[in-house]
Amino acid sequence: MESAVILIAKITIASSMAVLYATIGEIFAERSGVLNLGVEGMMLIGALTAFATTESFQSLWVGTLAAMLTGGVFALIHGFFAITLRVNQVVSGLALTLFGIGLSDFLGRPFIGKVSLKFEPFGLFPLDKIPVVGQVFFIQSALVYPAYLLVPLAYIFLFKTRYGLQLRAVGENPSAADTVGISVFATRYLYTFIGGALAGLGGAYLSLSYTPGWKEQMSGGQGWIAIALVIFAMWDPLKAAGGALLFGFINAFQFYCQAAGLTVIPSYILRMLPYLFTIGVLAVITHWKAAKKRVGAPEALGIPFEREQ
Amino acid sequence: MRVGLKKRLRPLNWSRYLLIPASILMALFLGALLFLYVGVNPTRAYLEMCKGAFGSFYNFSEVLVRATPLILCGLSVGLAGKMLIWNIGAEGQLVIGGIAGSGVALFLSSHIPPPLVIPAMLAAGFLGGACWGLIPGLLKARLHVNEIITSLLLNYVAIMWLEHLYFGPWRDPAGRGFPGTAMLPDGAWFPRFWGTRIHLGLLIGLGAAALIWFLLSYMRWGYEIRVIGANLQAARYARINITRNILWVMAISGGLAGLAGICETAGIHYRLQQGLAVGNGYVGIVVAWLGKLRPGAIVLISILLGGLMVGGDQVQITLHVPSAISLVLQGAILFCVLGGQIFQEYELHVQHGKR
Amino acid sequence: MSISTEKRPPTVLMKGIVKRFPGVVANQEIDFRILRGEIHSLLGENGAGKTTLMNLLSGVYQPDVGEIYVDGQQVSFRSPRDALDHGIGMIHQHFQLVNNFTVAENIVLGMPGPIHLDLAITEKTVDDLSSRYGLAIDGRARIWELSVGEQQRVEILRMLYRNIDVLIMDEPTAVLAPQEIERLFAVMRLIKNEGRSVVFITHKLEEVLEVSDYITVLRRGKVMSTVRPEKVKGKDRAVSRELARMMVGREVILEVGKESCKTDRPLLSVERVSVRGDRGELAVKDVSFSVKVGEIFAILGVAGNGQRELVEALVGLRSMESGQVLLENGDIIAGLERVAYIPEDRKGRGCLPDMPLLENFALTRREQFTVGPLMRWKTVAEKARQCIWDFNIAAPSISMKARQLSGGNLQKLILAREFSQKPFLLIAEQPTRGLDIGATEEIWKAILHQRQKGGILLVSGDLKEALSLADNILVIFRGQVMDIISCEDEDGIADIGPLMAGVRRKR
Repeated sequence: MESAVILIAKITIASSMAVLYATIGEIFAERSGVLNLGVEGMMLIGALTAFATTESFQSLWVGTLAAMLTGGVFALIHGFFAITLRVNQVVSGLALTLFGIGLSDFLGRPFIGKVSLKFEPFGLFPLDKIPVVGQVFFIQSALVYPAYLLVPLAYIFLFKTRYGLQLRAVGENPSAADTVGISVFATRYLYTFIGGALAGLGGAYLSLSYTPGWKEQMSGGQGWIAIALVIFAMWDPLKAAGGALLFGFINAFQFYCQAAGLTVIPSYILRMLPYLFTIGVLAVITHWKAAKKRVGAPEALGIPFEREQ
Repeated sequence: MRVGLKKRLRPLNWSRYLLIPASILMALFLGALLFLYVGVNPTRAYLEMCKGAFGSFYNFSEVLVRATPLILCGLSVGLAGKMLIWNIGAEGQLVIGGIAGSGVALFLSSHIPPPLVIPAMLAAGFLGGACWGLIPGLLKARLHVNEIITSLLLNYVAIMWLEHLYFGPWRDPAGRGFPGTAMLPDGAWFPRFWGTRIHLGLLIGLGAAALIWFLLSYMRWGYEIRVIGANLQAARYARINITRNILWVMAISGGLAGLAGICETAGIHYRLQQGLAVGNGYVGIVVAWLGKLRPGAIVLISILLGGLMVGGDQVQITLHVPSAISLVLQGAILFCVLGGQIFQEYELHVQHGKR
Repeated sequence: MSISTEKRPPTVLMKGIVKRFPGVVANQEIDFRILRGEIHSLLGENGAGKTTLMNLLSGVYQPDVGEIYVDGQQVSFRSPRDALDHGIGMIHQHFQLVNNFTVAENIVLGMPGPIHLDLAITEKTVDDLSSRYGLAIDGRARIWELSVGEQQRVEILRMLYRNIDVLIMDEPTAVLAPQEIERLFAVMRLIKNEGRSVVFITHKLEEVLEVSDYITVLRRGKVMSTVRPEKVKGKDRAVSRELARMMVGREVILEVGKESCKTDRPLLSVERVSVRGDRGELAVKDVSFSVKVGEIFAILGVAGNGQRELVEALVGLRSMESGQVLLENGDIIAGLERVAYIPEDRKGRGCLPDMPLLENFALTRREQFTVGPLMRWKTVAEKARQCIWDFNIAAPSISMKARQLSGGNLQKLILAREFSQKPFLLIAEQPTRGLDIGATEEIWKAILHQRQKGGILLVSGDLKEALSLADNILVIFRGQVMDIISCEDEDGIADIGPLMAGVRRKR
């Protein structure tokens, strides 16, 4: 039997994945200057699509890819309104969330309670033989392993490549980017799509791996937590991983207490912890950044772009 | 050939009043597609919805019942919105208001003179919601934390607390099937009118709308709130105290949603139960925005969306279509209105070939 | 990357250009040409169409009618990138730089190359170019750390890095001190001597005469004439009359009658005031001065030298680190209702652009229109209409939105609002920035009239304005008092230019 520490660590990793994918996705979108509050909606659509497609095609990977595609397309709806029509991005994002929740509720009825294929955890040979670290990190479901590559690659892309520089420029000063020939619209559409695809992947992880099956609003607010984590991470993929792990740890801790029958902290407070923790973390980070006077948000975040008239 | 958006020489003004109806039609069209997808005749579906909402006096009274919490939540979000504060936490404030008001009813009503019970419940509901709204308000005013996320996450916390209460310490000893507290004492039941389920809450909602309208149009404080929302820099320049206003507005905003909570609890359910948090706070955001943050329009839109939701319930019963259709339609209406607004300022511009 | 100096002569020819915007024709049938190796100035008032014309050339807009030829070939620029590819680049009034990036990152942005970003190479090239043209820029610095003048030089560097043939600069001297302007002109001449061309957009007559090979004057969207500076130069200050007449269409002598009404009664006393800026540094260091009743006192300096922070401290919008400020022997904070403040950012701070004039009028005067908790809108409307009449503001209705007013009328509205409080002390920040000569004249007259009721603290970056209006001028640089000069002190006045750039005079 595994020790409690290793168990908690494993569950931490597993609990942080959905939020991690969504956060990295939203970082990309926001780095291009598009604020997409529809993450919760995109995750749900992704979760439903993944489950339904897997069921129809009897293939987990088809389901996953379908979820990413749908998530991306869904995000493009918001993208169209935010980028081309230049509407208020907060309202548009909220509309997307409502739309996503409603649509997934509506279309998901037939799938409630159904059981289908799921990703089982397996050991990644030979890494899983490393003591402690191997057990924790490399005996996970197949949808976890891509994250190990995604985080460092996202970081390198953003800060060490020419295209990452262009992406960041579009989010900081789209007018400057436009002047040197970067297409602001194309960039924003692309990364909004990527943001949606990753959120969809997070949703797929939920319905195909973490809590297999479909239930209404099964993401339980993780889309919103992702949005908060983007701020906590200061739009940096590495810090986002850290934040997601913290969130996962709180969840794991709560599971463990409930499973082990520890009643020192009442269960309803335990269940509130992830949300309270996120608020607390957000408050600390914002206050700290305000004191530092150099806030990390892309300067043009949420502001539509138009060549000056 | 290139198609793009070009700014109009003069913005279209006449279209302003057509915008909402046109967007609704557009959204209904999209909804029709969804109905077709699940194999239901859209015309029949919409007719059923209309019948369910407006077919009879009783049906319409149900629409007003549905609209009551929407009016209060819409005002809640709308007032905050006038200062450019996004109160996404109306749902949680509603719940806390219900908890606070029920608490007074369940445990304190025997100590209060009978005519004061309902006012006490209302006060508690308002204060409870106000306190819950002050949390994101304080975080924003003092620490500059984004209120969208904080107020929203608190919704989840509030709902968990609610569940804890009616599954746990406040559980109904009589053990009725549906999870919830004991029934509120008789003196705590809000009066109903005309043999329908329309209750005191509707009057409170309409009264609140009138008060808010008066505040914003004629009172100095209302003017200052609008100035902050119009131009924060100018408000500072004019020596308007921003921090104090954030706190007061979030408190009142939370209080309005809290009233919605206690009104639903004591006007409809007569107990604190599962089914208090059904999304009124979120629909309130839609209502506020569609009503352009104006109290009068908020009342009208509340009735409209109330009709949509009653119609949705009807369609679920008679045609077995999930009532979530109304949520989808709301999202679609929002998108259509958003998109439609653009055409007031811009026009479609087609460029042919090279000059 | 080497910069080749043997290029084919870049000729730019714009023929029959027409450009329309909602409600206005910005360019009407304009012909314009640029030769190789020249500095060509585009002179005109605000709104004459100079920026629009160059935006057409640099690819930001496309002309409605007309053709553009580069080196004899007809071109059609779809975007600024197109124009850059043809060797034409524009430096706008608002710099197109990413604040959080370094100089090197800004310069390499959008340039083709390998996926991996090697900034060291770019930084080296930046250093080379920088020393070659005397620009003194470090490639590793972040933009927000640089002064406005340095940022402008980064923009120039960026154009040189891309080997442009035609460099267009839109009002580059608006943000520079006199010494920096000379340095800019030197760079322009260096660029010109390499066979490139420079288009210099401005409304300042003296600069145009100093540096141009050709001057094209625009007025209301039309070309008035294209001349060589020698033709319009004269021996005395009346030199610019000819050009001014072309620019404005009538004789404009910007002089207002100024007799001193200064008394000896103290109005404002600022003693050893220090104020912290937004980044925690000391923006105002140990500043002291005093203003008497009936006096106009000017604080003169290039924008960004602490004036804004000083004024904010005076009106209580920012806390002072040390020192004290007295309004007629009492603490100024206690007497703030006698102080009126006109901020330089009229659209940002001074008004509510999307609200009706009626509500704008009440912005800083709420107390006067309140009865209990209620606003008396009827009274506001009466007062507003009165002021619109008195100040000759072109506003057909008080329910029109503030952003529909022209710059000059908006400024007059703000002035009217503040003046109507009959303040004891009026603080006016850059009151005529961005206004044309006609509006400037009106504002100056209004300000002069106002001083009879109290005193005025004028904050300006325009030496001419300070000389025309003030009794005393305090030159501020990097938050410190360089000197306080009376307007009757001719030697002192001659030193003001260097003082504004931080050069203390030798005694």
